Amino acid sequence: MADIILKCENLSKQYRLGTVGTGTLSHDINRWWYKVRGKKDPYLKIGDTNDQRKASESNYVWALKDINFEVQNGEVLGVIGKNGAGKSTLLKILSRVTSPTTGVIRTKGRIASLLEVGTGFHPEMTGRENIFLNGAILGMTKTEIKSKLEEIIEFSGCQKYIDTPVKRYSSGMRVRLAFAVAAFLEPDILVVDEVLAVGDVEFQKKAIGKMQDISSSDGRTVLFVSHNMAAVKNLCTRGIVLESGESIFEGSSEEAVNFYINRQSSLNTDNLLERTDRKGTGEIRFSKVELLNRQGNAVSELISGDYAKFRLHMVFNEKVNHKDLVFGLVIYDNNENKIADFYSDEMGITFHSIDSYVDLELPKLMLRGGSYYVVVVVQTAIRVVKQIDLLHHVLNFNVFSGDYWNVNRANRATNVALIDAKYLNQNTL
Amino acid sequence: MKTTNDDLLYSISAEQKLIDFNFKEIWRYKDLLFLFVKRDIVTLYKQTILGPLWYLIQPLFTSLIFTLIFNNLGQIQTGSIPPFLFNLAGITAWNYFKECLTGTSNTFTKNQAIFGKVYFPRVIMPMSVTISNLLKFSIQLAIFFGFFLFYWWQGSTVALSGLVFLFPLYVLLMALLGLGLGMLISAMTTKYRDLTILVGFGVQLLMYVSAVPYPLSEARLKFPPLVARLVELNPLTQITEGFRKMLLDTGSFTWTNFGYTAMISVIIFLLGLVVFNRTEKQFIDTV
Repeated sequence: MADIILKCENLSKQYRLGTVGTGTLSHDINRWWYKVRGKKDPYLKIGDTNDQRKASESNYVWALKDINFEVQNGEVLGVIGKNGAGKSTLLKILSRVTSPTTGVIRTKGRIASLLEVGTGFHPEMTGRENIFLNGAILGMTKTEIKSKLEEIIEFSGCQKYIDTPVKRYSSGMRVRLAFAVAAFLEPDILVVDEVLAVGDVEFQKKAIGKMQDISSSDGRTVLFVSHNMAAVKNLCTRGIVLESGESIFEGSSEEAVNFYINRQSSLNTDNLLERTDRKGTGEIRFSKVELLNRQGNAVSELISGDYAKFRLHMVFNEKVNHKDLVFGLVIYDNNENKIADFYSDEMGITFHSIDSYVDLELPKLMLRGGSYYVVVVVQTAIRVVKQIDLLHHVLNFNVFSGDYWNVNRANRATNVALIDAKYLNQNTL
Repeated sequence: MKTTNDDLLYSISAEQKLIDFNFKEIWRYKDLLFLFVKRDIVTLYKQTILGPLWYLIQPLFTSLIFTLIFNNLGQIQTGSIPPFLFNLAGITAWNYFKECLTGTSNTFTKNQAIFGKVYFPRVIMPMSVTISNLLKFSIQLAIFFGFFLFYWWQGSTVALSGLVFLFPLYVLLMALLGLGLGMLISAMTTKYRDLTILVGFGVQLLMYVSAVPYPLSEARLKFPPLVARLVELNPLTQITEGFRKMLLDTGSFTWTNFGYTAMISVIIFLLGLVVFNRTEKQFIDTV
């Protein structure tokens, strides 16, 4: 029998939109009056789902709606979703910072949250004193902290400054110290929100390693929220995908990440004019972006090293009077890593008049095998950069591994750029 | 794969019982309480050089002004007790209550940053304020005893009363009352900020109806009967009177009044605790 440590049942959270303060008293009185008569809260009915693109009709919105999931002991659950999908709200409820509007979370273990490192640090106190204070805030007892004090100091790498007030610390040191305290917490369930995005690369590695230790060797349950798909894939055993406050997928972390990516790429790429998730002033709007091969045919798959041409179609809403237009095209891989960007200004070209499209030619598409997507932008280059149109996920394409070096061997498909190079070996010359 | 509710440690939901304390949990966080107290005390001295000195200046000058206005100008009789010492005793007691009340009444608004990030029993925060204020109180009490000895040496008839054994209880009652009222106000300020403004001058006004600058006997003589009655019913009046009774052996003390004060204090404290607990779950959305 699987050992369920945390169970989330029909969890919903409602927020009030707009300025809280106007009419709260009358709503409160109204609520109270309904309650007195034994009726349900009248404001719970009129909530909308949390679609931030559309203006809401009512003043209340569901940040989370009917979330159900179970977490087993020792599992690392990744929560993924776009900004505003409700990830942070879910974590806030889990860490008991706020309570749900309806529904319940039942848990068998102590939950400790790492929503932000360094909560409650006092600048006037020394590093050592702050370890105790921060540890206690996170739920450790004094004896627990004492027994781990040496390890914490060691892990933070702040031995030299441990008796110096924290206000004299660099921001990096502060973060390291804070993470160190949190890393040595021993809760049954650890809730982590993007803390890995702090510190330098070396420390990030250390942090990820520690997270892996916590889950794998200590068998602790971890709930992890991140935008970093690679980290979710690596760390998590299972994943759930949130969208507009609703849970739309649950499965293995691999499946969840793929689902999320496919969901992103299922955005309309045929007629970009119908898309509403764009930014910019809108005088020019991209209508379609195509990937063409050497023969000029639109394709969605290419082989590493192939000739490639991106064709950016656009429409002009008004008579565009812009001189010096700058086009940009950015290639991302499926883990949301930026692989390459092409901005026309730095390539020595600014546009003054355009027909209906602009081409970007890549004599050799130096990408290894994998799935990629494209972001396009057009902006003015006159002193102040002003975005005219910016659109994500305008085109998805796959690259198949080729044999770039002509040695009868397919290049590794590692989702990174392929760079022309040659090993020189004295003996073979 | 069925889990019964018995083996689950706790649940997070919107349901609330009227009285819903988890004393076990508060006990588990006792180290945090002491660390907060330590933080308050340690950082108090680190911030300023004159810091502790202000605790001497404030009551001394207030007592001086009170003596000038109420006793010299206003002809309030303090019996055989030197008016300055009389006022100092009242102000020392009053200050502790006031510090507890004002220090805890902004708990939620002042700590939003930390409350919004991590959970611990919120009640730890106002409790720590109440405890760390004891330091201030003892400094001011030491000043009082300094002047007490000075007047005694000068030949004034000042003496402690036999009731001085009640001293710790009185301090506890003040703490309960200040904490209780502070928690009530802090819970309400999360939604209605008007109360923060009210606290500022409300405390000032409260002092004048709590028999701080005058003895209760004078109030009975000179106030309109209704006001005198109200002043007498004010539990804070009983506390200041009780303090002066213990330390200077002046004023009125009855066990009935003591019991009445204790009851009111406990009730207000419990009420504050209930309201505070109900607020802590939701406040981060409304603050």
